[in-house]
Amino acid sequence: MNALDTLLWVVAPYLALTVFVLGHVWRYRYDKFGWTTRSSQMYESRLLRIGSPLFHFGILVVLLGHVGGLVIPKTWTEAAGIGEEAYHLGAVVLGTIAGVCTIAGLAILIYRRRTVGPVFTATTRNDKLMYALLALTIVLGLAATLVANVLGGGYDYRTTVSPWFRSIFILQPEPALMARVPVLFQLHAASAMVLFAVWPFTRLVHMLTAPIGYLTRPYIVYRSRDAKTAGTRAPRPGWDPITRR
Amino acid sequence: MRVMAQLAMVMNLDKCIGCHTCSVTCKQAWTNRSGVEYVWFNNVETRPGQGYPRTYQNQEKWRGGWELSRRGRLRLKAGGRLRKLATIFANPLMPSIQDYYEPWTYDYDRLFSAPAQQDTPVARPRSLITGEPTKITWSANWDDNLAGAPKLTAADPVLAKVSDQVKLEFEQAFMFYLPRICEHCLNPSCVASCPSGAMYKRSEDGIVLVDQDRCRGWRMCVTGCPYKKVYFNHRTGKAEKCTFCYPRVEVGLPTVCSETCVGRLRYLGLILYDVDRVAQAASVPDEKALYEAQKSVMLDPHDPEVIAAARASGIPEDWLEAAQRSPIHKLIFEYGVALPLHPEYRTMPMVWYIPPLSPVVDVLAGTGHDGEAAGNLFGAIDTLRIPVAYLAELFTAGDPEPVRAVLRRLAAMRSYMREVNLGRPRDESIATAVGMTGDQVEEMYRLLAIAAYDERYVIPTAHAERAEALEESVTGCSLDYEGGPGMAGPFGEASGMPAPVAVESFHALRERQTADEPERADELRGRVNLLNWDGKGIPEGLFPSRKEKR
Repeated sequence: MNALDTLLWVVAPYLALTVFVLGHVWRYRYDKFGWTTRSSQMYESRLLRIGSPLFHFGILVVLLGHVGGLVIPKTWTEAAGIGEEAYHLGAVVLGTIAGVCTIAGLAILIYRRRTVGPVFTATTRNDKLMYALLALTIVLGLAATLVANVLGGGYDYRTTVSPWFRSIFILQPEPALMARVPVLFQLHAASAMVLFAVWPFTRLVHMLTAPIGYLTRPYIVYRSRDAKTAGTRAPRPGWDPITRR
Repeated sequence: MRVMAQLAMVMNLDKCIGCHTCSVTCKQAWTNRSGVEYVWFNNVETRPGQGYPRTYQNQEKWRGGWELSRRGRLRLKAGGRLRKLATIFANPLMPSIQDYYEPWTYDYDRLFSAPAQQDTPVARPRSLITGEPTKITWSANWDDNLAGAPKLTAADPVLAKVSDQVKLEFEQAFMFYLPRICEHCLNPSCVASCPSGAMYKRSEDGIVLVDQDRCRGWRMCVTGCPYKKVYFNHRTGKAEKCTFCYPRVEVGLPTVCSETCVGRLRYLGLILYDVDRVAQAASVPDEKALYEAQKSVMLDPHDPEVIAAARASGIPEDWLEAAQRSPIHKLIFEYGVALPLHPEYRTMPMVWYIPPLSPVVDVLAGTGHDGEAAGNLFGAIDTLRIPVAYLAELFTAGDPEPVRAVLRRLAAMRSYMREVNLGRPRDESIATAVGMTGDQVEEMYRLLAIAAYDERYVIPTAHAERAEALEESVTGCSLDYEGGPGMAGPFGEASGMPAPVAVESFHALRERQTADEPERADELRGRVNLLNWDGKGIPEGLFPSRKEKR
């Protein structure tokens, strides 16, 4: 284990996490108005209606897969009676399907963004950076899975990557675990860290405000006129202050 | 009974000349920004016509508003909560920019920059969406005054419902104008559709607003509103809608569209209603009963029981008094001439309309009869089925009876007042024929025809006094008054939260940014608020004070 490993697998993840958390707090406090999906459906809907659900549902399954693979320790699944073989088969099949859906959706969305005039005009530099990082991370992730399973007999990341991932959160980082992981997995993790670091400053923030509360709130929302923000001037006192002039 | 107050509007369609002044002034006040170029919080449609956005009334296509489930319960026509979340990544019922129209500007610069040449240079239209040269093929009022009628009106969803006897021959055509703003419904389906909970109905005055800080751009409100009066700002990615000019009505001024209406056809006032009975009234099985159901939700502000309940619900005395003087209540109940727009959407709209008698009078006069004699008019209303059926599809879910009753009252008013104006004896029988008294008819005439400013607009001001501020040591800072040191943020004048209505801060900021020299600190407070300006004199602080020459 050398300094580079420490930098990559200890310093970088904590930096990314800190920026991720504090960035969101900062953005929420100072840029609520900018916190939006900035949908481009008004401009174009035919391609979006295929690409967007394909991508979003795909990435949601991928997210669930990552939670299953990274957060839940191998010993737990084995205790539940799911052997390595069964787990691996399930993960590869489901992960590949979801990954391919995600990439196909993303490809359609990026194609749409480039070719549909109004959509391209509405694309900021920030968006382009975000798309590049997002695509890179997803492609590397799918590539790591495919290469490991097609060329080799699969790679059991649950003995290396997953414990490292958990070690970050229990504040006892073990960079050594990541040092001998196949390079594609390393690259995937590294690009993901960069993605998380820019996340709060891009449109991706909309994910954190997924409207789950809609399922339980009453349909009609009543709100009282806020005395602090309504109107254009602050209330005057009922008397004139003594002038000093 | 839980009493709530609602600011409502009535528009007298007989007086609308389709000048679009309301639309233009509203646009200048609210939507003259990029991202909302295509948005008209107030628009004026020619009926019959397709409307804006095109064919928005066809709810089989757009699925706005509410419907009854098989078990007789209200549900959103576009699908409930789970369906909303399942289609959140691509809303299948979202109108595209082409359904409104592609906004454009002209290459004005060409007029100046073109080199000397034989032909006059032309400013070509350029799309504000793509920036490319474009061909203008549609706008918010493309079919104004029945323009292109034979081809275009056939697509009017309202006309389609009365289609069996539709006459589109030009000489038999009728038309009138329909100015539309947000309905500020009692049962707003846009609010119910918003996944983020950013849209809300103000509990004090019932104005439906979008919280720009909480809107995440999921676009479901656009689908949910059957009137298509919530718009998507394609630059900011947030929903925007008619605000009922809340900064103005809060200080007792009428909305911009009402203030600038040259026909004086808009009325503003309060309605008290029982919020507990709204859902029940909106789920009446028979669509034609919805008009009466909505009336049953609104309360009589003179009823002592209602007054007591209103006091118990915390409605201030001056609001109660305003509700009693409300022109809206008079037009809906006392004179019974105002009708809701599309009650069948089950949203309980609160912008009501006095249907136009003019098409009937015009047709009658065209046949050589005396268009204002009571007998002729009453007969004509009953025989001219097309306009009545069309109006009924707009205002009473297709039930011609209420429309007929309203038109008979308007006809009676014309005939009765003609006798008065010609110095003949008052014919009380005309009034009794429509269930009114002569005095009532004259009062109605005064409200509809004379339309004095303070009778048209009875707007109580919002209550901004802060009782809790009396205990300033506990709840507030004693320096938080206007111009006080507590008003600025901790890091100087521009820090802290922005002023919610940005006209004044906009001017202050621009002044500072474009100044040649540092502004004097005290001048930054010289803010101007045009929204509250009543048009008299020069508003304080509009122009910077002349600096002394040194």
